[in-house]
Amino acid sequence: MVSTTPLFERHEARGACFVDFHGWRMPLHYGSQIEEHHAVRRAAGAFDVSHMGILDVQGPGSTALLRRLLANDVARLGEPGRALYACMLNDAGGIIDDLIAFRRAADGYRLVVNAGSAAKDLAWIQRQCPATGVELRTRSDLAMIAVQGPQARARTAALLAPGEAAKMLALPGFGAAAIDIGNQAAFVARTGYTGEDGVEIMLPGAAAGPLWDALIDAGVLPCGLGARDTLRLEAGMNLYGNDMDESTTPLESGLGWTVALGDGREFVGRAALEAQRAAGVARKLIGVMLDDRGVLRSHQRLRTAAGDGETTSGGFSPTLNRSIGLARVPVAAAGAVDVDIRGKTLRAHLVSPPFVRLGRAVTAP
Amino acid sequence: MASNIPTDLRYTRSHEWVRKNADGTVTIGVTDHAQHALGDVVFVETPQAGRVLAAGEACAVVESVKAASDVYAPVAGTVVAANGVLADAPERVNSDPYGDGWLWCLAPGEDAAATALLAPAEYETLVAGGG
Repeated sequence: MVSTTPLFERHEARGACFVDFHGWRMPLHYGSQIEEHHAVRRAAGAFDVSHMGILDVQGPGSTALLRRLLANDVARLGEPGRALYACMLNDAGGIIDDLIAFRRAADGYRLVVNAGSAAKDLAWIQRQCPATGVELRTRSDLAMIAVQGPQARARTAALLAPGEAAKMLALPGFGAAAIDIGNQAAFVARTGYTGEDGVEIMLPGAAAGPLWDALIDAGVLPCGLGARDTLRLEAGMNLYGNDMDESTTPLESGLGWTVALGDGREFVGRAALEAQRAAGVARKLIGVMLDDRGVLRSHQRLRTAAGDGETTSGGFSPTLNRSIGLARVPVAAAGAVDVDIRGKTLRAHLVSPPFVRLGRAVTAP
Repeated sequence: MASNIPTDLRYTRSHEWVRKNADGTVTIGVTDHAQHALGDVVFVETPQAGRVLAAGEACAVVESVKAASDVYAPVAGTVVAANGVLADAPERVNSDPYGDGWLWCLAPGEDAAATALLAPAEYETLVAGGG
């Protein structure tokens, strides 16, 4: 049984090439993935990301629950209208999922989780949930459109009533607000998965089509999951299931910055992370640039002076016109490495991600 | 999406095309159907001149944004030339699969004539059947 989003017929009408992604039939590209990638780096692109899981957590116990379930601390959020990126861990410190947590009210949060993990996340949260004081609600009634690129906010604002446009343009990074779009209540966040400025818009499924059409009329290019993957890879952002999973901790996944250990707060996985840190973290996630001609893919063996590692993601970077990837390697690994690609040994070197940020190549240190 | 299948070529089940040249050599590439299925091509590795190929041997690699795909020798023979343009312009495989996007040129071996290739109508049936 494959699910489709409220925009499926529109994707079909535009001649999208589809891919089945964690039970969802989603656009891979609409003709050229590389053109879509460049549109986001240079102007604006729109992604149907309605397959992502949206879970509202409400009630007087919601802050305490999320402070225990997430390795980042929602108490850092302060006022409603702010968001943070966090990992949800198991007892061993392994990553159950990565997500964005939005504070929408004093006692109300919205979690946006990966499509492939949504069912597992809900089951885990339900098991940890107290009998009273917290209400969980999956929002499969909502669609989600990501508008990304240097022109994304301006072109979206042009579609809104003046007061609503001003509200949207005033959002800081990782800020979010209830904003009306064509008389429909939407929730708009200044977040994304591309390394560019932009917004992600959650709104009722029936309202998604008219917004999608208006964005395209405003010169925003429809983009598929293919471009979404090369954009996030250039931005050095992890993909759950590739670069991290339940067998890896945030400390081994370049996500130590998302773990709030400072305040003695008890959260699931804390003891395991502290033990790992005390024993010394053996592996790290880092960027790889291929120096020879070819294309890095996931699960290729890397040989470094400090021992072997493996690529976790790989592909072609349209911005840099060369192949890049992420790899898990021994913590001391640095500099030049060899990579086994289809029976050949090619030269590559390790770099700190991101590779590209706000349309520009980032010079590796 | 309808594929372009020129009527003056022969085809394989693995989506290569074969053109017989006046000098007795054959030119080989991947079909329009194949390039469309692959998506944007970003890297092509072609066999070196002089290499002797058996029919069905994997001898070239076309890497797209999606995946790496082997390309097989449709007939046995010796490579006489490879398309050097693809090193800097791999996207020619997408934009002109039967022209500028050709992969390599082969002098067929003695037993090459015995290799069964598909006529255009047969290849069209294969593609229409989801092959």
